[in-house]
Amino acid sequence: MHRLRTIGVAGYLLLLYGFIFLPVVTLVLFSFQEGRFPIPPFNGPSLKWYQAVFSDNKLTSALFNSLMVALISSLVSCLLGFLAAYGFARYRLPGAAPIKAAITAPLTVSYLIIGFGLLVTFNMIGVSRSLLTVGIGHVVINTPLCFAIIYASMGDHQLNIERAARDLGANDWQVMLRVTAPMLLPSIIAAYFLSVTFSWDEFIIAFLLSRFDVTLPVEIWSLLRSGLNPKTNAVGSVVFLISVVIVLLLEFIIFRRGAPRDRKS
Amino acid sequence: MPSEAALQRKGWAFVVPALLWTLAFFIIPFAVMVMYSLWQRAGTSLVKTWSFDNYASFFEKSHFVAGLINSLEITALVTVISIVLAYPLAWIIAERVSPRWQRMALILAILPFWTSYVVRSYAWLLVLSRNGYLNQTLINLGVIDTPLEIAATRVATVTGFVHFFVMLLTLTIYANLVQLSPNYRRAAADLGANGFQTFWHVILPLTIPGVMVGAFLTFVLCIGDYITPQILGGNNELVLPQIIMLQITRRADFPTAAALSIILMVVISIAYIACARWLKMERT
Repeated sequence: MHRLRTIGVAGYLLLLYGFIFLPVVTLVLFSFQEGRFPIPPFNGPSLKWYQAVFSDNKLTSALFNSLMVALISSLVSCLLGFLAAYGFARYRLPGAAPIKAAITAPLTVSYLIIGFGLLVTFNMIGVSRSLLTVGIGHVVINTPLCFAIIYASMGDHQLNIERAARDLGANDWQVMLRVTAPMLLPSIIAAYFLSVTFSWDEFIIAFLLSRFDVTLPVEIWSLLRSGLNPKTNAVGSVVFLISVVIVLLLEFIIFRRGAPRDRKS
Repeated sequence: MPSEAALQRKGWAFVVPALLWTLAFFIIPFAVMVMYSLWQRAGTSLVKTWSFDNYASFFEKSHFVAGLINSLEITALVTVISIVLAYPLAWIIAERVSPRWQRMALILAILPFWTSYVVRSYAWLLVLSRNGYLNQTLINLGVIDTPLEIAATRVATVTGFVHFFVMLLTLTIYANLVQLSPNYRRAAADLGANGFQTFWHVILPLTIPGVMVGAFLTFVLCIGDYITPQILGGNNELVLPQIIMLQITRRADFPTAAALSIILMVVISIAYIACARWLKMERT
């Protein structure tokens, strides 16, 4: 009976992990395909499609655009989110609930609707589409995320340390920048990198709000029109690698610093 | 001591930047979209008289209604299948995997989450296409003679979605399971419950809030998504976001697209109200 259950558990794990990894493994494997189609049989390994990706100006400039938009828009999102979280957590503000709801509202609205709303608005007031408008859209979707993450980590236990700093003569800005922000650094960094990965991966807003200069997901989208192509596999694998590196860095640098997490009891 | 009013002013000053951004680039655009939905397109120009014609035409045109029904059916199917697959996985990771390896198992389970959204759908196309991995394997194993036509069907769309949401739900359900105090389990065991009874009567009900949060997230992200149905489902059974995108990119009919977007939002709001009691944001 016990043995049977162990086999069942192992089988389920194998099945689900297999399902989860099937597309990724297929993607990466056939990026090394020698032939022109990323379908079996595999006849690699060859790096020629990676070469094709890095010698394609459109793709490399889209990669650069994506990184710029992600890094800068996430900085703005984190700053806005942190300030708002600080205001709500440290000051008693009557009527705060509806304002909090307004700031977090974009989390519950589809990116398509946010992007389209911005498109018609920019259209109406005559703002032309560019990477700047894409960045503005990404700040809209990431600010509530940063706010929620940072706000959730602002506990009352940090309040005493801030009071102590004030008693020792620090002014408001000194308290915020030199006491509160360093204490919250892990969650601020987590919020920043989460925004970076969301922005860097975002398609629909970038598609609707960009024109001549596009971000990587939009460029990949136009690659898809040529059907199944190992070059798409190669660029997809590169994107995956960059995201995984960011996530693993986060995991090992920030979350592993403390003692291993144990259960609350 | 600064006065209460001065303190409040200072507090609001911290909130204002985020609030202004939300106002300028979220709330106002939303209002503009509502306004557009009440206007009409005539040829290439806009008729700026207010009417509900765009909303009326939603219910008159059967392919619009069909799009909404497709969206709801696919979303419901995806949400249910994803929960049924993810719950046991989260439970196994939380209960059967030794604490040392839990974090690793979880990171592995959600690693493909970080592939680009567009690329992930494309990767499923590689697997499911006529000459793809799945068909070739099944033919080589002698299970089938002719390739299955999965790409460009609803099955492909649902598969792509379920893949994404199994990862998301595993994460939320796991987080919920490990937060439960072991005292519940001890109390249930002391009172004579066996493993299954403990799970069914104690653990499962306690994790329902977490499951509901995950289900709501799945619903919102799934019903509003354009990429997965467009890449995997093709143009056979359009879902509402595909129809909205067609109005924007092909027909440049912003008023109709705006009305359809509002209808999509109303559907999401209904789901939000239904789940509201589980979705309270809390500060620890």
